[in-house]
Amino acid sequence: MPKNPNVKKVMVIGSGPIIIGQAAEFDYAGTQACRSLKEEGIEVVLVNSNPATIMTDRDIADKVYIEPLTIKVLEQIIEKEKPDSILPTLGGQAGLNLGMELEESGFLASHHVKLLGTTAATIRKAEDRQAFKDTMEKIGEPCAASLVVENVEDGVAFTKTIGYPVVLRPAYTLGGSGGGIAHNQLELEEILENGLRLSRVGQVLVERCIAGWKEIEYEVMRDSVGNCITVCNMENIDPVGVHTGDSIVVAPSQTLSDKEYQMLRTSALNIISELNITGGCNVQFALHPTSFEYCVIEVNPRVSRSSALASKATGYPIAKVAAKIALGYTLDEIKNAITGKTYASFEPTLDYCVVKMPRLPFDKFITAKRTLTTQMKATGEVMSICTNFEGALMKAIRSLEQHVDCLRSYDFSELDKEALLRRMQRVDDQRIYVIAEALRKGIDYDTIYDITRIDRWFIDKIAVLVEMEHALETKPLTLELLKEAKRLEFPDSVIARLAGMEESKVKQMRYTNHVTASFKMVDTCAAEFEASTPYYYSCYDGVNEAVETNPPKKVLVLGSGPIRIGQGVEFDYCSVHATWAFAKAGYETIIVNNNPETVSTDFDIADKLYFEPLTPEDVENIVNIEKPDGAVVQFGGQTAIKLTESLMKMGVPILGTKAEDVDAAEDRELFDKILEDTQIPRAAGGTVYTAEEAKAVANRLGYPVLVRPSYVLGGQGMQIAISDKEIEEFMEIINRIAQDHPILVDKYLQGKELEVDAVCDGTDILIPGIMEHIERTGVHSGDSISVYPAHTITTKVKETITEYTRRLAKALHVKGLINIQFIAVGEEVFVIEVNPRSSRTVPYISKVTGIPIVDLATEVIIGKTIRELGYEPGLQKEAAYVAIKMPVFSFEKIRGAEISLGPEMKSTGECLGIAKTFNEALYKAFLGAGIDLPRHKRMIITVKDADKGEAIEIGKRFEKLGYTIYATRSTAKALNDAGVKAKKVNKIQQESPTVMDLILGHKIDLVIDTPTQGRDKSRDGFLIRRTSIETGVNCITALDTAKALATSLENKNENPLTLVNITEL
Amino acid sequence: MKAFLILEDGTVFEGTHIGAHKKEVISEIVFNTSMAGYLEVLTDPSYAGQAVCMTYPLIGNYGICTDDMESKKPWPDGFIVRELSRNFSNFRADFSIQQFLEQNNVLGIAGIDTRALTKILREKGTMNGMITTDEQYKKDEILPRLKAYTTGKVVEKVTCKEKYEIQGVRDLSENGALSGSAKFVPEDYKAGKREKKPSLVKKLNGAGKKVALLDFGMKDNIAYSLKIRGCDVTVYPATTPATEIIAANPNGIMLSNGPGDPKECTSIIAEIKKLYDTNIPIFAICLGHQLMALATGADTYKMKYGHRGGNHPVKDLATGRVYISSQNHGYVVDMDKLDSKVATPAFVNVNDGTNEGLSYTGKNIFTVQFHPEACCGPQDSGYLFDRFIDMMEVTR
Repeated sequence: MPKNPNVKKVMVIGSGPIIIGQAAEFDYAGTQACRSLKEEGIEVVLVNSNPATIMTDRDIADKVYIEPLTIKVLEQIIEKEKPDSILPTLGGQAGLNLGMELEESGFLASHHVKLLGTTAATIRKAEDRQAFKDTMEKIGEPCAASLVVENVEDGVAFTKTIGYPVVLRPAYTLGGSGGGIAHNQLELEEILENGLRLSRVGQVLVERCIAGWKEIEYEVMRDSVGNCITVCNMENIDPVGVHTGDSIVVAPSQTLSDKEYQMLRTSALNIISELNITGGCNVQFALHPTSFEYCVIEVNPRVSRSSALASKATGYPIAKVAAKIALGYTLDEIKNAITGKTYASFEPTLDYCVVKMPRLPFDKFITAKRTLTTQMKATGEVMSICTNFEGALMKAIRSLEQHVDCLRSYDFSELDKEALLRRMQRVDDQRIYVIAEALRKGIDYDTIYDITRIDRWFIDKIAVLVEMEHALETKPLTLELLKEAKRLEFPDSVIARLAGMEESKVKQMRYTNHVTASFKMVDTCAAEFEASTPYYYSCYDGVNEAVETNPPKKVLVLGSGPIRIGQGVEFDYCSVHATWAFAKAGYETIIVNNNPETVSTDFDIADKLYFEPLTPEDVENIVNIEKPDGAVVQFGGQTAIKLTESLMKMGVPILGTKAEDVDAAEDRELFDKILEDTQIPRAAGGTVYTAEEAKAVANRLGYPVLVRPSYVLGGQGMQIAISDKEIEEFMEIINRIAQDHPILVDKYLQGKELEVDAVCDGTDILIPGIMEHIERTGVHSGDSISVYPAHTITTKVKETITEYTRRLAKALHVKGLINIQFIAVGEEVFVIEVNPRSSRTVPYISKVTGIPIVDLATEVIIGKTIRELGYEPGLQKEAAYVAIKMPVFSFEKIRGAEISLGPEMKSTGECLGIAKTFNEALYKAFLGAGIDLPRHKRMIITVKDADKGEAIEIGKRFEKLGYTIYATRSTAKALNDAGVKAKKVNKIQQESPTVMDLILGHKIDLVIDTPTQGRDKSRDGFLIRRTSIETGVNCITALDTAKALATSLENKNENPLTLVNITEL
Repeated sequence: MKAFLILEDGTVFEGTHIGAHKKEVISEIVFNTSMAGYLEVLTDPSYAGQAVCMTYPLIGNYGICTDDMESKKPWPDGFIVRELSRNFSNFRADFSIQQFLEQNNVLGIAGIDTRALTKILREKGTMNGMITTDEQYKKDEILPRLKAYTTGKVVEKVTCKEKYEIQGVRDLSENGALSGSAKFVPEDYKAGKREKKPSLVKKLNGAGKKVALLDFGMKDNIAYSLKIRGCDVTVYPATTPATEIIAANPNGIMLSNGPGDPKECTSIIAEIKKLYDTNIPIFAICLGHQLMALATGADTYKMKYGHRGGNHPVKDLATGRVYISSQNHGYVVDMDKLDSKVATPAFVNVNDGTNEGLSYTGKNIFTVQFHPEACCGPQDSGYLFDRFIDMMEVTR
């Protein structure tokens, strides 16, 4: 069936800020879908509040609204743009929920807008627990015994009939938010209450626990005439009980016979057909490990994280095909872009093995529970491809960039057998390392299986790796052994470590004997048809297929690896734009990356894609084959920057800013020298290695001081210390990981934090704009509300910043991008930090100023000057709009994480508020971040002594807004003394009603809690903050944020928001 | 022990010996792209006279579940894999694939770049090859032998020696649970009671139908697909004269899949022509489909490298629907030489446009090139057995 001619203008709903459970995969899906729609001549209107995405680029859609994703805003946009259809199945759960609400309210019908793709009735059938169960029952597909409940009592009563444990799944939530397994009534009541509150419709499914069964997923596509195919199936190594987003997943399934494979495949097709889904869909099954019994766990009637993974694992572009299906095409009419010969009505077949591993944020949240449950905790993931499972697992491990490179990276050798067996009970991110140690200690497969329920086949594969470790340790490194170790993807460094030799010797032995990596193609068809798309992975047991090309110019673009706190989708935005800019300038482009969720790993972004770990050895393998004319590292965040030195050793020129200049910005002594030469002040400080040295520096400077390791992202390990004792504590934590570089101790200055991203051509600089942070110094820039243009600083400060930027860029010989953070104390400007590379604010500032700085930086790198590019150097004219970037957090997903803001970054994403006035922009930014107040007009204030003065001012403002204020003892006294009415509430340990009861009463809008300086030792404060977050109460830990919120509420008016189409800026 | 795969074009792959302890085997080398179902591939008689390379690199992961065999033994002369799993894991697995290959005298080679081999076969076409464990092999002597090798008449080798009967299911419950809702009883399992495979069939619409099934190298699931729908099946050797079958007065006739070049089966083709001339409904699969075409004046030709795998899309031209099918064939009916007065295309391959099925004009006969019985592969076209049963109903 050809394209529906009535579809001419489509509104696509994005997924909003990146949070755990809804990450970069929807930028990938949305971008692919928009491009696919535009290819068909459709006018695309895009709405997404997330400015860091590629989909919100003016090149991707015709009209782009970076506006809060609320029903009201969407209605306004529909009224303004009058699209004939909307496509809600590409923006994750957030997009789907909004599409549904618009449909259910009758708004779409009354405005003659059609829901494209899957119908509302279908979405309801798949999403509503009871409707889904009834549908499954109708077609004889088994579900675990379950009941949808709307109150705790019903849940308890039902569980009595099916027995503990039970799984709890709230309806319409993200990443399993609020779900969990309850083993007893106490746990049941706790999780259920939380889940009911988090569910959009107040429903939670109480279900027979099938934990320990195999978890199998199928990605299915179906078109409007009913043709359906499965793109891929995947097997979770971690059995049911761990969210698939947190599981190690392998594709295709490894332990299923054809009988089981086809049984579940047929079931998946029956389900998608009965639900009448058109487009992509994900079906999750639990398969009993010793029988044919299975249960349908869940169906997602939309593209998902799993479909992004399946797309990258197979080369089948699910989102693109889903968009075409939405337009009316059938699967047999859509060409397979990889082969150009086959059609979308073809099931990919793999001739390799794919392993996905989650990137968990426990290195950021050291107080958090590492336990993995049905609640997703991963911020991102890595994927690896190899001809064998062991190799794929080894590659995935080293792709994580968490100081792990083999199964010995977490050392459990101290544990005896019994302790190991106990440790193995704990389901966490270190479990495979524990299993490896158990195998080393001779614990048998059956025992391990009985505890973990991880299939013996996978245990055996871990054993293969353990045996290789042992062989390398105990046997001479023969050529045969080396070959086998490389086949299993042991990196040279690990081989060297185990064999007790120098890494260079291992490498030399390899090169002498021609043991080098070959590259194979991902072609959707196991080589049955010729493929023309150069999408490669490496292996050590085959013939090289990577075609050597000799274009006039060839550039290697290093990607940014897995999404983590501090290095998010914005670096993918930079990598992709740089790639496009290089292509425009006539370069052949090569991307290396390992993140399946991103746009950069789509096979049609660069001329060639290498899906590989971003380690020196892996990159060198590619360099050996491709021999690029240069590599660009400044767009891929720290991941790429870290490769600079190695690339230079390989003889690959670094395009843009030189490595030694990058070093100069990070090396304390070199940088101090530059500051001295350029006469730019900075906070006094020193470099240290030990706690003793740190204390000496701190006492010389006077407390408070900032302590941080050099070369880190997102302020990892950075702390404000107020005493010798804290210095000791922080230094101990930092030095848990061996530091290659010294630790920095600086005087802590309090002032306005300012930030610029600039392009420098070696002589001139271009600053698109100065951004000002709302929170004072001490809160990481990534967690601060950022305002463009800087609104409270004088012209003189702006001039100073421009001048300092010019001097620094020149002194550091920057060619390309530079990001500088300043602090203004009065009229005086100090430099905090210089990063001669792209930063997280690049996409945001590009979009609001309309200056494509990644493109400009790329042109500059190639040799153009800013003037040649048509720009007048210096600080550019301020835009007519105010744009405010608001950080968004995922604290509710990470049990036990400390939520108070500090020098270490904690946010997972961001949204934008853009408007003609500061107040409206601020209101939009809060709204976009999900803070839609007032509701109950009740709030709690509990602040540390030093903040009491400011708390009074804030209290006054909220009182004026009609808020009833509750406060703990000393805060209440301070407020009352100053004439702010505040009701005193008891602390947690005191008798009821306490502050906790108040929060749990669900009638509180807001908690303002500032933790005691440095590390908050008081469990009270911690508990208050955690409980607020877990019960969905907004919790603010920085007074500046609270003030901004007050400003936003004071200026809230009932007028509809003004809409800004950023393509017109 | 080392093993070598030597191809007709002179290419040599060095790998590790697996399977039978014999020196060498010469065969036609083909590849199969199924990711699961290696046992079904090995026991599919259509592979007689061939050595199969699996493009999926990890083989043997779930061992051998003897329940899943499509015939009594493996048929390929050789088995070519990248990695044979040293361990296996599945609740039904009886033993390892290593044991299976050894016990059944199948020589194989592991540890070679199967993708490189596949590309050679794709580019140069199917060719003959030798798997040998002789490190002192002499290529000059071997290559002429490879060129001279032909598969020959293999149908006679694989067909059953005597006819036998399979009684249709009388009660739906005999088929086992529908889908996966079967309750698992650990005690029963421990006691050796294996639960039945989940069934796709919800109705015994073939109850009481008598089907004559000609075995040209039949996969058991063809007979099983009829049995679970209630049909009583009589399986006949390939060489059975048409008169004997007609005399048995069946409600319908099925022509099975099988190995080799259809044009080698001259006497069988003559008998099939006689079946065509009756009014008995006929449904044919794979080789059966090709033989019926040849019997009625159409032509077949050898494809460059055939279709072997579980992911081929076929379009039902009557409805426009596309189904993913299980395939295993090296020959195909020539659509250009089809007489529309005799037969018209019913299915076409979406990838390369080759013929995938025929509908016979004025006859209750339809035939398909792919495998609606699946095993291994997708079960999407199982509905064709119901179509055959409907046809028998109408004709009765």
